[in-house]
Amino acid sequence: MDALLSLRELTVEIPTRHTTLRPVDRVSFDIMPGEILGIVGESGAGKSMTGNAIIGLLDRPARVAEGEIRLDGRRIDNLKPEVMRKIRGKRIGMVFQDPLTSLNPLLPVGDQIAETIREHLFVSRREAENRALTALEEVGIPAARERWKSYPHEFSGGMRQRVVIALALCAEPQLVIADEPTTALDVSIQAQILLLLKQLCRNHGTAIMLITHDMGVIAETADRIAIMYAGRMVEIGPVREVISNPAHPYTAGLMASIPRAGAGNRLSQIAGSMPRLSAVPAGCAFNPRCNRASEECRRDPPPVIGSPDPRAACRHPLGRATEAV
Amino acid sequence: MTALVRIENLSRTFDVSKPWLNRILEGRRKVFLHAVSEVGFEIEERSVYALVGESGSGKSTIGKIIVGLLTPSEGIVEIQGIDLFRETTSVKTDKIRSDIQMIFQDPYASLNPRWRIRDIIEEPVASRGGATGQSAEDLLKLIGLSPEDASKFPHEFSGGQRQRICIARALSSQPKLIVCDEPTSALDVSIQAQILNLMKDLQESFGLTYLFISHDLTVVRHMADRIGVLYLGRLVEEANKEELFAKPKHPYTRMLFDAAPRLDGSGRSNEAPKGEIPDPINPPTGCVFHPRCPIAIKRCRSERPEMRPLGASRVACHMAE
Repeated sequence: MDALLSLRELTVEIPTRHTTLRPVDRVSFDIMPGEILGIVGESGAGKSMTGNAIIGLLDRPARVAEGEIRLDGRRIDNLKPEVMRKIRGKRIGMVFQDPLTSLNPLLPVGDQIAETIREHLFVSRREAENRALTALEEVGIPAARERWKSYPHEFSGGMRQRVVIALALCAEPQLVIADEPTTALDVSIQAQILLLLKQLCRNHGTAIMLITHDMGVIAETADRIAIMYAGRMVEIGPVREVISNPAHPYTAGLMASIPRAGAGNRLSQIAGSMPRLSAVPAGCAFNPRCNRASEECRRDPPPVIGSPDPRAACRHPLGRATEAV
Repeated sequence: MTALVRIENLSRTFDVSKPWLNRILEGRRKVFLHAVSEVGFEIEERSVYALVGESGSGKSTIGKIIVGLLTPSEGIVEIQGIDLFRETTSVKTDKIRSDIQMIFQDPYASLNPRWRIRDIIEEPVASRGGATGQSAEDLLKLIGLSPEDASKFPHEFSGGQRQRICIARALSSQPKLIVCDEPTSALDVSIQAQILNLMKDLQESFGLTYLFISHDLTVVRHMADRIGVLYLGRLVEEANKEELFAKPKHPYTRMLFDAAPRLDGSGRSNEAPKGEIPDPINPPTGCVFHPRCPIAIKRCRSERPEMRPLGASRVACHMAE
């Protein structure tokens, strides 16, 4: 099966007066049709920037400097803004963290969804309204017909995020990019939204790129996981394999620092913090915090080991189950 | 062990009515929000008591009442045997007040950007006319920063370092109780581990008592000795950590545990919890959890369950056994 979305050596640059920052540095991965790929990393790791690059919504002066993004085999990173607009929403849907900023506060939710459908699909007004109603029912808005005329502020946070999901899926895209879709929600609502996202995408065969900082969310939702650090991808692979047998020391450290039952009195911690983009160390970006780092790690970029899935960018990877986390 | 903090029948309501002119013109009544309703618990000295709950459960309101940022509408807050809101001798309450400090969620908002770190850290002592001397430098060393950082400004530090500075500030008046309101939820997980370890170390070396407020069950499980679960301003269950996680008795606690994402939960066929948190202005009658409760009976709709002892826990549920 061919990849639905494929990134090859994608690099995003932000030119500044003194230097050029690289918030995304040679990132490559594929998403298969219908697959859920989770992207984790700490703040500043470049997760959202990667998502924004894919949908062509990088804020200037950030730009795609190198590499390519292909959707269904066709390059989409060099398209004109008008053409990209047609793809955004139609073929790639988006769900962001704060549902209130993704919705127009002055338009009833039903109209917003119907408008989106009419923008992307050639259907009559009546047909669009019918589909919008179905979409609202599908995401579990109770009494959808009555709530049709409600404005976004009249909904609770969880219901709003449901509306955003309806909006993202109404034009039947092949891929949904969900950037921290549940971070602003309580855990019980988070569980509802994740389940909904998963079920809807299963039913429609939509692939999801799920961006979050929460390992637990990825572990439960995603098929594959990609871990980013300082703009680079350090490890990618099937979620179970990566979580139970991480190869990259950063992945292992990240997982060990999550509090859990039986973790003992102290959490294992990674010393230091992620480098600023203006001061990413030479060689492997993780080397100053890594206890396996050697002279080569400080000098040369790390080789990619394992291929192609799971794979990690590390010179001294952890062996299978050598280090119990 | 003695109780350092004793809270009894604590309630707090907020007036969320429209302005009086609107009320007259539109013929509306006053509207009240019950943020905390008849909550009672005790915190033992040198222990970590955690309050967990979702947004709107009143956990932060309780924390603010204890540090004195809010006054209770009803109920007793007793610290070291002194009723903070009824005691009239200000010497006694002043002494207690300097024994209580707070750490806030957002380290970007809780440090004055125009103050040097030294002034920030010494403020709790200086504002009460205490001698400061070298204390800021020593405290910075203690929390893992360098003494030279004392003359810097907050913007020169990362989020994790700022939270360390907040901890140093809280420690400067040598408090007994520190109220920690979501101290790590604004931090990344690797930084969170550093801060939690630091807090544990400090607790042991200074014999501190923490009231730890959080929505994150994994963090609470790691930090707390005893846990109180709040829902819509009411304490629904209270137990020691082991007991609570081994045998959650209240259906809400169980729902919360099931909903929390787990690292080993890959492929878990989870059933999402039903319903949403109700409107706190018009809470459901009887047990506030009954509209979402899988085991609710008729009695739950009419009669509010009292907190009752059950095994080693306390639980407010008619059906729990």
